[in-house]
Amino acid sequence: MAAYFASLNPANLLGRFPAGIAQGLIWGLMALGVYITFRVLDVADLSVDGTFSTGAAVTVMLILGGMNPWVAMLCAACAGLIAGAVTGLLHTKLGIPAILAGILTQYALYSVNLMIMHMKANQAVSVDKYALVVSGRNVNHAILIGGILAIAVVLLLYAFFGTELGSALRATGCNPEMSKAQGININVMKVLGLALSNAMVAFSGGMAAQYSGFADVNSGRGAIVIGLAAVIIGEVIGEAVLGKRLNFLGRLFFVVVGGILYYLVYTLVLWLKIDSNLMKMFTAIIVAVFLAVPYLRGQAQSSFSRAGKMAARRGEGK
Amino acid sequence: MLELTEIYKTFNPGTINEKKALCGVSLNMREGDFVTVIGGNGAGKSTMLNAIAGVWPVDSGSIVIDGENVTGLPDFKRARLIGRVFQDPMTGTAATMQIEENLALAKRRGKKRGLRWEVTPAERDEYRERLKILNLGLEDRLTAKVGLLSGGQRQALTLLMATLQRPKLLLLDEHTAALDPKTAEKVLDATERIVTEHNLTTMMITHNMKDAIAHGNRLIMMYEGRIIYDVSGEEKKNLKVSQLLQKFEQASGEEFANDRMMLG
Repeated sequence: MAAYFASLNPANLLGRFPAGIAQGLIWGLMALGVYITFRVLDVADLSVDGTFSTGAAVTVMLILGGMNPWVAMLCAACAGLIAGAVTGLLHTKLGIPAILAGILTQYALYSVNLMIMHMKANQAVSVDKYALVVSGRNVNHAILIGGILAIAVVLLLYAFFGTELGSALRATGCNPEMSKAQGININVMKVLGLALSNAMVAFSGGMAAQYSGFADVNSGRGAIVIGLAAVIIGEVIGEAVLGKRLNFLGRLFFVVVGGILYYLVYTLVLWLKIDSNLMKMFTAIIVAVFLAVPYLRGQAQSSFSRAGKMAARRGEGK
Repeated sequence: MLELTEIYKTFNPGTINEKKALCGVSLNMREGDFVTVIGGNGAGKSTMLNAIAGVWPVDSGSIVIDGENVTGLPDFKRARLIGRVFQDPMTGTAATMQIEENLALAKRRGKKRGLRWEVTPAERDEYRERLKILNLGLEDRLTAKVGLLSGGQRQALTLLMATLQRPKLLLLDEHTAALDPKTAEKVLDATERIVTEHNLTTMMITHNMKDAIAHGNRLIMMYEGRIIYDVSGEEKKNLKVSQLLQKFEQASGEEFANDRMMLG
């Protein structure tokens, strides 16, 4: 035990934090996409596991083909947009439950992604040969670019949800009946929301691939859970810091903060020399706990067992 | 303004749960008509309203609003012609959005929604003015989330939203049934004021026979998916609850024993 603690180097941990922040910013962008579906549209969209890899694959292959990395990322976003629209159409036009529609898209994307990567599970892209947007080799630069992009996307999303179209999207998620009565085509709004969300996820996937220096067909596995973790951690922290003053802009901002915090915890876990493969389990537990908290809090205030205990106590008092 | 011709609708046809909900409903409403609709449970009142609103397609018959045949249009496409208030106060408003955002959604009913700002300062002033007519103090709470409002306040807001853009037809589906008597009275007052002020063509379902008599210029009674009684003008004005009960017994051939069709 003593040997284990002696082997941990605090300076090493601090040295790793910037990399955690950079990755957190990149995944924070993905989490903003998850926020659109999970919180605004009230749909758990599992296609993101596929579209994240799609974004990585498209970006890397286009860069290898000589395209400007920024343009390649925009193309990746378009690919994600189409994939998200497919999920939306499966759901709205063919009546498949949203969660299943997402699973189907994600499953199919595995093959699509392999095809994009010329049937190889992994394609490397070197920062030495190409002028990548971000790279793990220059963490400070990655933090700068990631930070600017995160702020820009948060502001753009905030502005979008303040427009007529964005409000219609929010209304669709909040109250579909009312939205229809106000003349909103809720099916179009759902497709739009899913497309927008997956475009952002694919964009983030393209960035993550450049950061790590390769695209992997499995890079998006569990993206939805990490996205949810970021959204939920961000909400809890945001509410703790700002309380009732947490407005919509604040919520979007704290989604990115949630992504950063998630990766700082991830960094800590690696520093503790815990096998990184266990991280998926930890993440799932974190998400389950945070999702359960509001429910359990409600239960604590009003539940049958509580009502029973209160009644019993009263009986004793008599 | 509204022409219903031989509307039929059967739910779950061919199954054990088959329910013939509308059996040849025909109705003609002139501009400015305020029709109250009464009838027992399962008489087809809400079904008729939902057929007009376009919640689902009818089996046969035609629906014409303001000269336009809307039979083949889904609800969100008919929304430009119709204002709706629902029985459940939660249904008509978006709880997580602000009062002004809800009004702005209603302001654009039936219009193209683009990338212009949802709430403009000029609109805000308009909403403040319009909210005053409700007498609920909502004009000072434009940015409050609708989820914080009471059922009565939400219903009043829904009413305002339904009429913010003048609808060709206003559909009220027992919109005071879920409220306490005092609040129901207030919302009904607001309804009367708004309908009169804008001379709206209105259809109001109610379980309260007194309300059905007191409001509107025409009253129809439904039974088993049909309109069995239709009265307007002087005759309606002089109608008594006891006469209505008698009519119901006559038409249905049953002893009147419906628990919900109370005297109020």
